[in-house]
Amino acid sequence: MNKLKVSTQIFLYVALILGAVGMLIPFLWMAVTSIKQPGEVFSTSGGIQWIPKHLIWHDAVIDGEKIRAWWGNYPDAWKEVNLFRLYLNSIFVACVGTIGQVGTSIMAAYAFARLQFPGRDRLFLAYLGTMMIPGSVTMIPVFVILKHIGLIDTYSALIIPGMFSAGGTFMLRQFFMSLPAELEDAAKIDGCGYTSILRQVILPLSKPAIATLTTFTFMGFWGNFMWPLVVTISEQIRTLPIGLSYFVGLHLTNYTQLMAASMMVVVPVILLFIFNQRYFVEGIKLSGLGGR
Amino acid sequence: MSVVNTKTAPQKGRSRRRGNKAREALAAYGFLMPNFIGFVVFTSIPVVISLLMAFTEWNIFKSPVWVGLTNFKSLLGFHREAGHLVANDPFFWQYLYNTIYLMVGIPLGMASCLIVALMMNQKIKGVVVFRTIYFLPSVSAGVALLILWKYLFNPEVGLLNQVIRDAGEKIFSTPLLSIPFTIVCALVVGATIVGVIAAVFAFLQWICEKLNLLWPENLYRVLMIIVGAAIFVLIGVYGRSLFFGINSFMSTPPDWLGTVKWAKPSLIIMGLWGGLGGMNMILYLAALQGVPPSMYEAAEIDGAGGWKKFWAVTWPMISPTTFYILIMSIIGGFQSGFMTARIMTGGGPAGSTTTIEYYLYTNAFEKFNMGYASAISWFLFIVVFILTLVTWKVGGKVVTYE
Repeated sequence: MNKLKVSTQIFLYVALILGAVGMLIPFLWMAVTSIKQPGEVFSTSGGIQWIPKHLIWHDAVIDGEKIRAWWGNYPDAWKEVNLFRLYLNSIFVACVGTIGQVGTSIMAAYAFARLQFPGRDRLFLAYLGTMMIPGSVTMIPVFVILKHIGLIDTYSALIIPGMFSAGGTFMLRQFFMSLPAELEDAAKIDGCGYTSILRQVILPLSKPAIATLTTFTFMGFWGNFMWPLVVTISEQIRTLPIGLSYFVGLHLTNYTQLMAASMMVVVPVILLFIFNQRYFVEGIKLSGLGGR
Repeated sequence: MSVVNTKTAPQKGRSRRRGNKAREALAAYGFLMPNFIGFVVFTSIPVVISLLMAFTEWNIFKSPVWVGLTNFKSLLGFHREAGHLVANDPFFWQYLYNTIYLMVGIPLGMASCLIVALMMNQKIKGVVVFRTIYFLPSVSAGVALLILWKYLFNPEVGLLNQVIRDAGEKIFSTPLLSIPFTIVCALVVGATIVGVIAAVFAFLQWICEKLNLLWPENLYRVLMIIVGAAIFVLIGVYGRSLFFGINSFMSTPPDWLGTVKWAKPSLIIMGLWGGLGGMNMILYLAALQGVPPSMYEAAEIDGAGGWKKFWAVTWPMISPTTFYILIMSIIGGFQSGFMTARIMTGGGPAGSTTTIEYYLYTNAFEKFNMGYASAISWFLFIVVFILTLVTWKVGGKVVTYE
């Protein structure tokens, strides 16, 4: 590609910056609202308030009005939503589930990609076929099964059904197939068994694929809404999205607290993303390879 | 898993190989076992149970009763009532319409993603910064963002309506601003409509060429001239009412999520914002980066301009990606709308934002009509299956693979 004309460059920058502003404004509004006084949200006269009227470090009385510190909504929301518990639950469920899914996927993908056994191709086809089934088809029976075993409203119900994925297996299998077979042969001659081949040859070479699968699986567990809603009853084991949604139901118009809670949920994820965005981008590209 | 015995290999080659084979198969089954058990317990068996459940009436508390095709009849069937055909479950058809309506966002989203990707694919600095910012909604997607948008859409205190009201007040206080503003609005709207129709025609022409159907040389140009002229004549004729329409819209902006008319467009707008720089944009960006520069150079030598280059080189080269995004979006579209309905609208007003997925959930886990819900899920499955097959068949002919 040759160099762009200056006018084209300026046009591109203006368009991209306008778009970026559009992307950021809702987030900015969330941040601004979260540090406003609870009543301030409802006074719409005098235009849009991008800067809160009162920004003070400690609670105080100004003109006979009780004014709270700018960070005041945060501890309130933290306690009200029980965010600590929700975070713990979400982290626990997402970590265990991700380890499980990535682990089982690695093992199955290795078998499909590198080992010969009767019925391999047919079984793999069956795996592929199930990837098209909508989640809602299996959701109801799995719920019924778990209810029969008495696992509803437990961490197991949140974690175990998500630990097995045809999609993850498929993605890793495609990646393993692309690795050169010579290294493996060399390891075999050196007397390595299958487990050590997988551990010492395949896994070190597949770090990017595994990292992306891990990222995506984790995000899947982290953001999952429908399934946890279906299988949790008690407050003690709710994950973040569920807890937050109940909080909305109870405090429909408490916007400052709602926004403070949303900030505390969104900001850590955004920070994580900014530091690991390579894996996101690579993962999306990998997942899109099916289209090429 | 011990050392291969090379000494005995020459004599006992065959049996050793067979033994190796058996050992390999055994190891393979071992590796597969955890995933396979999960696959059977959480996918295969549930699919069978689900199919059986679709033919039963079951509210979880009593034991299921086999009712044959009753669920499907009441879901999809019609009956006569006072001489008219009436759907057995009119809600289902309304929700199906909602689901499909909301998928209007798919082509709009794909087009905007492609435009953003084309801009980011240019040689300019700071692309990573832009990409990160545009991706933020996708990474933080979830309950928190829906809460945020519910607040933004609030008719009284929401940011969106505050902006519209403030701007409207300023603009319509003087004709010096309001008349030019109306003209700009009209031009933007007209150009957008013409652009969309142009893209549709170009797409049709391209498909016709691929399928070897007749497409007269000048048809595109003639059609575009007619459409363009018609739209701008219309805008000219209705300029006055457009002026007053914009004025009243801006002084009393709608209750976005609270009115049947605006609820679905609002959700589409939110979806466009969320998807602008998301997965699909990244996929497009990757596809654009994969187009060899030599092809552009060749097109330039042939004297192709920007527009021509796009249709002759870029569009065919990224068509597999377009095809992939389209299929995945349609499949996803039929299964979407649960979270927005649950958190933002409750499916309302008047059921106008209830999708099939939300209907399924309420049937299964609020009314405990497990059999009926299973029938809905199988309807979804069959639709997704047919769509995938059809797009695959058509796509195979239309899409250019490298």
